[in-house]
Amino acid sequence: MSNFMNTGKNPRQKQRERADTRFRLYGLTALGLAMAFLVFFFIDIIGQAIPAFHVTEVKVTVHYSDAVKSNYNKAIDHKLRRIVSRGWLRALPAQLKAHPDMIGTSAELWVPTDSRVDQYIKGHDGNGLKPKYQHIVDAMQKDGRVRQVFNTGFFTSGDSKLPEQAGILAAAVGSVFTLLLTMLVAVPIGVMTAIYLEEFAEDSKLTRLIEVNINNLAAIPSILYGLLGLAIFINFMGVPRSSALAGGLTLALMTLPIIIIATRAALRAVPESIREAAYGLGASSLQTVWHHVLPLAMPGILTGSIIGLAQAMGETAPLIIIGMMAYIPEPPTSILDAATVLPAQVYTWSTESLHGYTERTAAGILVLLTVLLSLNAIAVTLRNRMQQHW
Amino acid sequence: MTTADLFLWFFGGLIPLSVMAFWIARGKALSVESKTNARLHSRPGFYGLYGLTWMALPALVASLLFSVAHLFRLFDVPPTMLLATAFGLGSGGLWFALSQIKADFRARQAVEKVMRGLLLTAAGISILTTVGIVLSVIFESIQFFKVISFWDFITGTQWQPDTAFLIGAGRADENVAPPLFGSVPIFAGTLMITLIAMLVAVPIGLFSAIYMSEYASHTARGRLKPMLEILAGIPTVVYGFFAAITISPLVVDIAHAMGLEADYTNALAPGLIMGVMIIPFISSLSDDVIRAVPESLRDGSLALGTTKAETIRHIVLPAAMPGIVAACLLAVSRAIGETMIVVMAAGLRPNLTANPLEGMTTVTVKIVEALTGDQEFDSAFTLSAFALGLVLLTATLILNIISTIVVRKFRQQYE
Repeated sequence: MSNFMNTGKNPRQKQRERADTRFRLYGLTALGLAMAFLVFFFIDIIGQAIPAFHVTEVKVTVHYSDAVKSNYNKAIDHKLRRIVSRGWLRALPAQLKAHPDMIGTSAELWVPTDSRVDQYIKGHDGNGLKPKYQHIVDAMQKDGRVRQVFNTGFFTSGDSKLPEQAGILAAAVGSVFTLLLTMLVAVPIGVMTAIYLEEFAEDSKLTRLIEVNINNLAAIPSILYGLLGLAIFINFMGVPRSSALAGGLTLALMTLPIIIIATRAALRAVPESIREAAYGLGASSLQTVWHHVLPLAMPGILTGSIIGLAQAMGETAPLIIIGMMAYIPEPPTSILDAATVLPAQVYTWSTESLHGYTERTAAGILVLLTVLLSLNAIAVTLRNRMQQHW
Repeated sequence: MTTADLFLWFFGGLIPLSVMAFWIARGKALSVESKTNARLHSRPGFYGLYGLTWMALPALVASLLFSVAHLFRLFDVPPTMLLATAFGLGSGGLWFALSQIKADFRARQAVEKVMRGLLLTAAGISILTTVGIVLSVIFESIQFFKVISFWDFITGTQWQPDTAFLIGAGRADENVAPPLFGSVPIFAGTLMITLIAMLVAVPIGLFSAIYMSEYASHTARGRLKPMLEILAGIPTVVYGFFAAITISPLVVDIAHAMGLEADYTNALAPGLIMGVMIIPFISSLSDDVIRAVPESLRDGSLALGTTKAETIRHIVLPAAMPGIVAACLLAVSRAIGETMIVVMAAGLRPNLTANPLEGMTTVTVKIVEALTGDQEFDSAFTLSAFALGLVLLTATLILNIISTIVVRKFRQQYE
């Protein structure tokens, strides 16, 4: 405001100006709260996830005797049996059968530990490790026989009943299968629907019905798509339960409205003069759309598709309903195999009580968030870089 | 031959055949042109597409008919016969198409007609999806309401479905209490958590929207909005984990410090986190409507000497109110249907109480519980998921339709 208004201020005026400042502060506070939550949330999740990217290893002497073939526990000192990962021990007989020349030798090896030892070393209370074993681990640590290494197993193995061996590979492969199917079904149908509604449809009752329908579909809770998938795809059509096919089709129907709405917006942004120029040169309506409108709308369509993909990738509820939270230790090899996806894997781990799983849940979340945020970032950059302003 | 093999054979055969049909028909058109020395009506490619259409469409339609017949258990054909019929019809179609090709044949119009039909079919799939959701929910609900009366379901206050499997096993009249499916406590839990979520989301979302549209500079707005939208991009399973692992214990600790008792499955933690998740919905929808209020209204008010806050409170917000209400209704429907946060952080036990520190359950939790259990699919316990789904669907659709009407009224007012 200009200067002359400040001269003769009465108390009422000051009060109103204070109210004005307060109102502005409310807005800032609201935004501040939202941002503070975001910061707190990311610090908390990252803080819980970081430890899972390291695992503890211990140096033990392994005796490859003949008896190991039938009882893998005999490979190491019996005091250490609860310290070394049972999953690693179990693999020994097979290893010996493959290399018979190893029998009779012994070696000093760094081997993965049991999850309880891992949690004890990382300093978690309630790790479930008995005091007897805690002393052994303490002694080994003094001797320098304990170390922490990067957890490659987390990225190269599937789910496991032993937390120290559980990884995200199977779920990641399941996610890729499911999302590929989702995109193969949803993008063509979504783009075709949008082209029909935007470029061809007359303003008829049918068109209006379809439009109202799409808006309603976008607002339907995702869990109801799960009920649809269960009742129609699995029970009626006989698609195998828990398969990537069932998941992909269900997610495709869920993503369809997002892609349709984004594509329509992109088509609408192409100026009418482009179409008229094409018609003027004798192109048919289909040629106009295919050769001129669609290429110009492509960045918008791509952005919408990527955002839809990101949403489908983070979706859990409908997939749980159609059984995609099964225990999957091996990556699926076809779309008909039982599979799980990243968010469903995160959910399954979160229901386990051992702290080793909680840590892995957070790590899985971090991987998921990284992928999703990069997808969204790609979508935004694409929109900013390629979008034409008419 | 398994279904997967059948698919492989069908598409493995159809795609090369269609490509061949394209080149054969195109070649035929070109040879007609050179022989008769007449100019073709359409570009040669259109004749090719015409041939391709007549090859692929009959084959697809035939196989679709066979699959539909198989699904409704009308009749079954062996896979080899299906393949033979489909490809036979396709070849017949191609032969017909080739016989049609002459220099003055209007291939472009014919192809475009088919293309339009194809686009319309794609648009129809969205209708089919709605029909599919409605039908699947209603059919299974009817099964449920055959066993449990609708009135008991809607007004009962006891949810004790443990003995439901006995009905399916035909042992309903033995000495066991009948299962009770009174869903009032479940609805109450849903409403409580939704209410908590709205108490968080509406003030924060609305004030953020006001700040971004009325106060923030263009660049600040460009940075703040995507930051807020990150909140909407976080998967709900992540929010659920955060609510269960971090917020619930926090709520319990704070309640203890204040001398109150709180369950670890309290309604407050999922409600608060759900509210955070919904903030961007309310803020971006409200931001849009606030910016749609004509500048002349603000100018008129400011010219009368009001402060900016007074203009917003007395002029801009009342004008934008229908849109803001619509945004809140959409947010409510989002909160009612939200699943993962409540599955992971809220309770399983239906509990009719007004104390948000106690454990409560919601409609979506019960749906997930019923469908991930190990009971037979046709037991009343499993089917109750579909009855609850029907309630959820109805509530969402009503909220969505009201908000659509309100927004349309708002648009008409200012456009």
